Amino acid sequence: MQEIGAFVIFFASIFTSNILLTNFLGMCSYLSVSREIKTAWGLGIAVVFVMTITSIANYVVYYNILVPLKLEYLEYIAFIIVIAALVQVVEMIIERTSDRLYASLGIFLPLITVNCAVLGAALFLIIRKYDFYQSLAYGAGSGIGWMLAIMALAGIRAKMSRRSKVIPALEGPGIVLIITGIIALGFIGFSGIVQIN
Amino acid sequence: MYLSYLLPPLAIAGLATALAIIILLAERYLMDYGEVELKVNDKLYKVKGGSTVLSTLKQEKIFIPSACGGRATCAYCKVTAVKGFGEVLPTEAPLLTKEDLTKNVRLACQIKVKNNCEIRIPDELFSIREFRARVDSITDLTYDIKHFIFRLLSPPEIEYKPGQYIQFQSQPYGDVSDSVYRAYSMCGLASERNQVELMVRLVPEGICTTYMFKHLKAGNEVIITGPYGDFYLRDSNRRMVCIAGGSGMAPIRAILLAMTPEEIARRRPIFFFGARSRKDLFLVDEWREFEARHPAFKFVPALSGPEPDDDWTGATGRITDVVAQFVPDAKDCEGYLCGSPGMLNACVEILCKLGVDEEQIYYDKFA
Repeated sequence: MQEIGAFVIFFASIFTSNILLTNFLGMCSYLSVSREIKTAWGLGIAVVFVMTITSIANYVVYYNILVPLKLEYLEYIAFIIVIAALVQVVEMIIERTSDRLYASLGIFLPLITVNCAVLGAALFLIIRKYDFYQSLAYGAGSGIGWMLAIMALAGIRAKMSRRSKVIPALEGPGIVLIITGIIALGFIGFSGIVQIN
Repeated sequence: MYLSYLLPPLAIAGLATALAIIILLAERYLMDYGEVELKVNDKLYKVKGGSTVLSTLKQEKIFIPSACGGRATCAYCKVTAVKGFGEVLPTEAPLLTKEDLTKNVRLACQIKVKNNCEIRIPDELFSIREFRARVDSITDLTYDIKHFIFRLLSPPEIEYKPGQYIQFQSQPYGDVSDSVYRAYSMCGLASERNQVELMVRLVPEGICTTYMFKHLKAGNEVIITGPYGDFYLRDSNRRMVCIAGGSGMAPIRAILLAMTPEEIARRRPIFFFGARSRKDLFLVDEWREFEARHPAFKFVPALSGPEPDDDWTGATGRITDVVAQFVPDAKDCEGYLCGSPGMLNACVEILCKLGVDEEQIYYDKFA
């Protein structure tokens, strides 16, 4: 996979291989925190933040600890521990340094610890054998892609709550999943630009 | 050979330990706010920074009402943040009204004491104490309502206005590992200061009521805090219309039992008690006796769905219809209501229709 440039991966992970819209990872917080644009933005920023940091950390843990010890099969456990611990530390740093940032995204951080998109991104970059810069680009790109998807959905839902009549059986997650499917179809339109997997 | 078995657990343990050390160091150096000054109304407290206002105040023996245990769902713990608390957090926002936002009202369970700061709380909260008490007796009132009597150990006496409530702390049991606080109105005589009486209905799957019904035994020690609440008798000459359902009888009973014979003669209270069928009725004899002692008082139990073998001759139908039937003109009345939100809203509506000024309807809504 060395031949793909980091920037291409960054771009592709936002649009053509969006982790939420092509892999459908990170659905639970996507469904539950997409009612308002403001909270979706807070959560989205937090995901970008955490995904970038944990992708790098997991890359380092995998290639510098697990591979030399021939313990690659422990990647799931190791990644989960790393993600949980890093999110905690990041939360503490934000709480200490910036009240504003803490107010807008601090409370979303514990929610992200259990977001499967974060673990998914870490596993993908191992499976696809990305190098360090590619991993960094992939982590950041996937985070931004996730944020883009939840922002798009929140915008649609905010508009819908004022103007649209949804039949009762489809209210809530039902209509949201349909909308997500349509957004995902729309994103297929980008797939002619680049492909990474 | 053994190394290959030991390596995986050691590697994971090593990784986990390394990360735990990083977290501990971060906690040690990042979360240490040192000693800060917290000003509550005009009193100054020197406290350890870093915790929420709710738990910091609890350590200073100031008890803010809270039913959800700091999960930002009950919105009881509202305080006015004067300075030092930053922006409204997304966890609080859904529970704060527009008026709250303009007055800087915040949830004490969400905002943290990080530097010198100042809050305002109602003065009566200073009189709230934490009590250690012993279960004196537990008796059945109906199939799902029990009467609890607690003897206070320390402090030995509680002073409260009849109608107010306490918060009861449950202990972990079975699968429940948390201890939670829940609010229950006191139903006994306020003059008996060494004890607290409660009427509690079993909530299916309720953490606290299951504890009280299944695990609490006479002789056990418990923790309660109180008194809380602004549901109590207002001084006036208006006639009292009291309406309660189920365990909502508790604060009404406390209010009526504490009234002097002269007061009862002057206020002519009428007490509507709503239940579904005869098996939901309780203390009817006690109220009949009370009626016999005080000719100005009237007790009206009403069943919404009596069973065929209940042999019921009293009032039937929805409580709102019964109230309208007994008090057709309620212009000079004052309302005291306690029960479920649905029942209360309906009763407030009917009382207003019958001529009661909405300002003069006092109620205690089940959360």
